[in-house]
Amino acid sequence: MAKAKLTFEDIGQSVNVPAGIRVIEVSEKVGAGIIYGCREGDCGTCMMHVTEGWNNLTEPSVLEEKVLRENMASRHNRLACQAQVIGDCSVKPA
Amino acid sequence: MTCPNPSSATQPGTGATPVAIADGVHWIGALDPMLRRFDLILRTANGTTYNAYAVRGSSGVAVVDTVKAEFADTFFARLEQVARYEEIRVIVLNHLEPDHSGALPELMRRAPQAKLVISTRAPAMLKALLKADGQEIRYETVDTGDEIDLGDRRLRFLHTPYLHWPDTQCTYLLEQQVLFSGDVFGCHHCDPRLFNDRVGDFRFAFEYYYAHIMRPFKTHVREALALIEPLPLAVIAPTHGPILRERPRRYVARYRALSGADASLEPVPADAEPLRTLLVFYLSAYGSTARMAEAIAAGAEAVPGIRVSLYDLEGGETGPFVDLIEAADAIALGSPTINGDAVKPLWDLLSSLTVVSLRGKVGAAFGSYGWSGEAVGMIEDRLRGLKLRVPVAGLRLKLIPTDGELDDCRDFGRALAQAVTGAGAAGSEAGDTAAKPVIDFADLA
Repeated sequence: MAKAKLTFEDIGQSVNVPAGIRVIEVSEKVGAGIIYGCREGDCGTCMMHVTEGWNNLTEPSVLEEKVLRENMASRHNRLACQAQVIGDCSVKPA
Repeated sequence: MTCPNPSSATQPGTGATPVAIADGVHWIGALDPMLRRFDLILRTANGTTYNAYAVRGSSGVAVVDTVKAEFADTFFARLEQVARYEEIRVIVLNHLEPDHSGALPELMRRAPQAKLVISTRAPAMLKALLKADGQEIRYETVDTGDEIDLGDRRLRFLHTPYLHWPDTQCTYLLEQQVLFSGDVFGCHHCDPRLFNDRVGDFRFAFEYYYAHIMRPFKTHVREALALIEPLPLAVIAPTHGPILRERPRRYVARYRALSGADASLEPVPADAEPLRTLLVFYLSAYGSTARMAEAIAAGAEAVPGIRVSLYDLEGGETGPFVDLIEAADAIALGSPTINGDAVKPLWDLLSSLTVVSLRGKVGAAFGSYGWSGEAVGMIEDRLRGLKLRVPVAGLRLKLIPTDGELDDCRDFGRALAQAVTGAGAAGSEAGDTAAKPVIDFADLA
């Protein structure tokens, strides 16, 4: 299975993950500082900033785009409960 | 105590008669004068109303919101006096909470040709509300600026998310300048006289409702006001409480004032360095946790760019402390451990923070203990549960602090202040970040 390196900058931890995994599935296990609310892409709590490898996450859905807009997301922000890792990238809490 | 007399013929909201609020627009809601607590969290001294409205256009009728399920009969009785079911073209739900969507399934059965109109954030909630009923409902989603034509009049939609659910929208009737505002500008105040110029003083209910329902979403309130303020307003028709027809703009202005970014009365000099605020709250039975608090505050205060304030929780009421926390950047909470737990005034504070936004704030916990010392960990868990960031591991000391332990407290305060200001290391957990080896996902527990 294809692997990717996902780095959580706030705790300085990188994890080799199977491609396709959602950030939420890794961040909670490794104890990164991204916090979660509804866990289903609705509340915007888990907004994260993608510092590297923006293109190595799946495209946001229409609904995620909307939630990002409503929560005043800046450029390269994503929802950690929605974004799936498809290549190396680094993230931190927004 | 007296309750509004539901049989009085002099009051427009009594009996089961609809009440005209503008040309072709009727109130068809329900009064619930005996309710004493709403949604478990709000006290309602004279009950509430569930306001719903019917708008007649030349090509059909729109129903805007419904009522709580128990009040469906009254709602339908009023509706039937202003429209036949086959005339209903559109049903608008500004917000899907059950007190406004309770009569929807039955209304859709009676008016199956009607199109349900909800905000773009509402479909998932609609599905969850109707799943037990098994009813399939056709709906259309609308966003800010979308319009529905009723022939000689138009409904325009304003998406106002988080006021107070993610799905919330307002609906504006252009020709009559009526804003169906959902829960925005509403309050739990039941008076069959219905209109703000007839019900007497209901400020306490308006302010109380804002403080508990809208206050956690101040940023979103300001965004919604930016959409609402440019509109000409003849009437604001909310889903709870009086209909605001006499100087409605006063209520918009009040929301603007209440949603201000900073309620502090102190002027900030133009050339002042921006200061981050750390509040240290503590409880102390024998003075040990108090001494820790003082040392933590002193350590934090030594970091440039931070202003630290120290409060004994025993010396104040919860409400003003919540106000302080709303405006602060960080809080440190200290409690001794008594019988394996933090002490009640601290939990009282921590259970009162849901009315303010805590997004982006930093939290920390500390305390002296006798033999077990669980309080610090429990406070940290609660802080994380409230979605605060807890970048510095909590500090516990056994009984009376030594001078060396007070030095640890000062270090703790310094690390916390640095995490808040972004100076130096981001906190004790992040000190050795570069050296951590890459781990494999399969090895994570």
